[in-house]
Amino acid sequence: MKPDAEDYGHLPPGLPWLEALRTEGRRRFAGLGLPTPREEAWRFTNLGALDRLPWRTAPPDPVTVIPPDFLPSVVPAGEAPGPRLVFVNGTWRPDLSTPGPLPHGVVLTGLGSALSDHPAVVEAHLGRLAAVDGHALIALNTGLLASGALLVLPAGAVLERPVELVMIGAGSGADRPLAWHPRLLVVAGAGSRATLVEHHLSLGGDPACVNLVAELFLGAGARFAHYKVQRENPASFHLATVTGRLERDAGYEGFLLTTGGRLSRNEIRLVLDGPGATARLNGAYLVRGRQHCDTTTLIDHAHPRGTSRQMFKGVLDGEARGVFQGQVLVRPGAQQTDGHQLHRALLLSDHAQIDAKPELEIHADDVKCSHGATVGDLDEDALFYLRARGIDRDRARSLLVAAFINEAIAEITNPTVAAAFESLADGWLTTG
Amino acid sequence: MPLLEIHNLHASIQGREILRGIDLSIDAGQVHSIMGPNGSGKSTLSYILAGREGYTVTEGSVTFNGQDLLALAPEERAAAGVFLAFQYPVEIPGVSNATFLKTALNGVRRRRGEKELDAMEFLKLTRARCRQLGMTDEMLKRAVNVGFSGGEKKRNEVLQMALLDPRLAVLDETDSGLDIDALRIVADGVNALRGPDRAMLVITHYQRLLSYIVPDRVHVLAHGRIQRSGGKELALELEARGYAEFGIDEAA
Ligand SMILES: Nc1ncnc2c1ncn2[C@@H]1O[C@H](COP(=O)(O)OP(=O)(O)OP(=O)(O)O)[C@@H](O)[C@H]1O
Ligand SMILES: [Mg+2]
Repeated sequence: MKPDAEDYGHLPPGLPWLEALRTEGRRRFAGLGLPTPREEAWRFTNLGALDRLPWRTAPPDPVTVIPPDFLPSVVPAGEAPGPRLVFVNGTWRPDLSTPGPLPHGVVLTGLGSALSDHPAVVEAHLGRLAAVDGHALIALNTGLLASGALLVLPAGAVLERPVELVMIGAGSGADRPLAWHPRLLVVAGAGSRATLVEHHLSLGGDPACVNLVAELFLGAGARFAHYKVQRENPASFHLATVTGRLERDAGYEGFLLTTGGRLSRNEIRLVLDGPGATARLNGAYLVRGRQHCDTTTLIDHAHPRGTSRQMFKGVLDGEARGVFQGQVLVRPGAQQTDGHQLHRALLLSDHAQIDAKPELEIHADDVKCSHGATVGDLDEDALFYLRARGIDRDRARSLLVAAFINEAIAEITNPTVAAAFESLADGWLTTG
Repeated sequence: MPLLEIHNLHASIQGREILRGIDLSIDAGQVHSIMGPNGSGKSTLSYILAGREGYTVTEGSVTFNGQDLLALAPEERAAAGVFLAFQYPVEIPGVSNATFLKTALNGVRRRRGEKELDAMEFLKLTRARCRQLGMTDEMLKRAVNVGFSGGEKKRNEVLQMALLDPRLAVLDETDSGLDIDALRIVADGVNALRGPDRAMLVITHYQRLLSYIVPDRVHVLAHGRIQRSGGKELALELEARGYAEFGIDEAA
C-alpha cells in the first residue's frame, strides 16, 4: 500500500495542528512501510496479499444507496433504538444516521463535524494514545485521516441505550479497490457510562480495506462497554488498532466477534493507567475457507490493583488460519495485579491452523497472573451421543460449536448485545 | 420375522477382535437380557447396534425390522427406532438438556414423517415424563448430564428413551448407580414401554433388575460369544454360581 499524491488530495483542508499530524503520519509511514512477518508482532500475519492490490483511498461518498433494512442494529425490531452513526466507504452519512436523543452535554458526531464544532476536544485527544512513531498502521491512518466518529461523555453522563456505529463497505464498481482509514475517538469523563457497538459489514462482494484506529480515554470510574462485530465479505481486509487508557477505577469491557474478512487483525492495546482499573476483553471468531483472523492484545498494568480478564474462543474450518497473541505486562509497582487470559480454539478441519502466543511479562512480585491456551477438535463422544438420539451430523456439530462459542459470548454483560451476537454466531453456523 | 437379528457378528477395535460370532434374535414384544463378565463385549455390541464409529465389523450381519442396520448412520438408526441407553452417558457442557431433548425429538419425528412439536407441546410432554421419573424441571435447564449424579444420568437416559419412543431399546447397565427407589422408578419407566411392537435388550450384572423387568430370555456373553441362553431362571443361576463355568473368574 503506497498512498500517492492523489490519495492525499482527497483530504478536506484541515486545521494547522491536524495538517502537521497528518504530515508526520505520512512521513512515518513512508519510512516504515506495511509491517512484515519479520517483525515479531506480525510473525503470523502476512500483509503481502493486501500490499499487492492497487488500493485507492476512498473519496468522499455521499451518494451510494444503502437499503434502509440493510442497516444492522443489536436492538430488536420493535424496541426503541439508540443513536446510530452510519459510514459508507469511510464517509459519514448523516442522511442514514439517527444521532439522538442524547443526554445534555454528550457529543456524538462524525469526525468532520467534530473538527468544526468541537475542535478543542479533538485537538486535546487525537493522536495522544495512538502514536505514529513505530506503528505503521497508526501512521498510515493518521496520514490519511479523513473520517471517523467522536463520542464525548461529560463527567457522570449515562447513556442508557447503546450507541451503534455502522461501517459499510459498498464497493466502488471501479477497477481499483477502496481503502479508508477511520478514526474513532471516545472521551469518557469521570464516572460516565456508555455502551458502543461497532458493526462492520459489506454490501456486495467487492474487496475493501478498512484501517481503523480507535483512541479511548476513560476517566476515573468511567464504565465503557465496547462491542464489535466484523462480518465483511471474504474479499476484504480489516485492520483495527484500538488504544485505550483507563484512569483510576475505570472499567472497560470489550468484545470482538469476527466472522468476516479475508484477513482481519484486531490489535487492542489497553493501559491500566490508574489504580483499581479493570479491563475485560473477550471475543469469539468463526472463520472458514481461506480466512485469516488475527487477535493481538496488550494489557499494560501500570498501576496497583488492576484487574484484567480475557477469554477468546475461535472456531476454524476449511483452511482458515487463526492467530492469537496475548501479552500481559505488569510494570514495577503494579502490585496486586490480577490478570487472567484464556484462548481456546476449535479446529473443525485438518487444514485449519492456529498460532497462539500468550506472553506474561511480570515486573512486580505481589500479583496473580495466569494464561491458558488450548486447541482441540470436536468431542467425538458428544457427537455420537447427539447423533444416537436422532440429531443429524451437521446439526449435532453446530450444537457443539455453538456451545463452545456461547461460553465466550456469555461474558458480554449487556443482554441485548449478547443475544444479538449469539444469533450472529448461529447464523455463521447455519450457512455453509 | 424377528425385529432384531444378529448373525455371526465379528467385530474388532484397533485390530483386536472383541466380538467373535454373535448370534441373537429378538422378536417384537420380547425382553432379552445379556449378562456376562466385565470386558466380555456387552457395551461393544450395544455401541455397534447404535452405530458408533471406531469398530470394524469383519463378518456377519445385523438386520433390524428387515433393514441392514449396519448401513445406517446413527441418526438414521435412532429414527428407525433403535435406542441405546448408555452405560456412561456423555456430558455436554453448554447445551441445555431441554434444547438437546427438543432437537433430538424433533429430529426423530421429522425423519419419521411426524409433525414437529412446538415449544409448548414439547414442554408439556417432557414435564409429564419427568414427573413419572422423579426428575425436576430444573434438570431440563442444566447442561446435558453436566453435574448430574450417577443416578440422575441414568434417569435422564430413561427420559430420552420415553420421549423418543423406540422400537428396540438397548439398556446398557441402566441399573448401575441407582439407589433402590430409583431402580424401581426406572424399572417402572422401562416396563411402561413394554408392548407387543417393542423389544428390549437389557444388559446388566445383577439379577435384581431382572426381578423388576422380567426377561423372556437371558443370554450369557463371554469371550465375545453368546455362550448360553435360557429363561429368566438362568439369571438366578448365574448370580449363585458366577461365570466360572465359562472359563472366567468374574473377580479377575
Ligand atoms: N477403544 C478401545 N480400544 C481398545 N480396546 C477397547 C476399546 N473399547 C473397548 N475395548 C476393549 O474391548 C473389550 C470389551 O469392552 P466392553 O466395554 O464391550 O465390555 P463390557 O462387556 O461392556 O464390560 P463391562 O461389564 O465392564 O461394562 C474390553 O477388553 C475393552 O478393554
Ligand atoms: Mg459395558
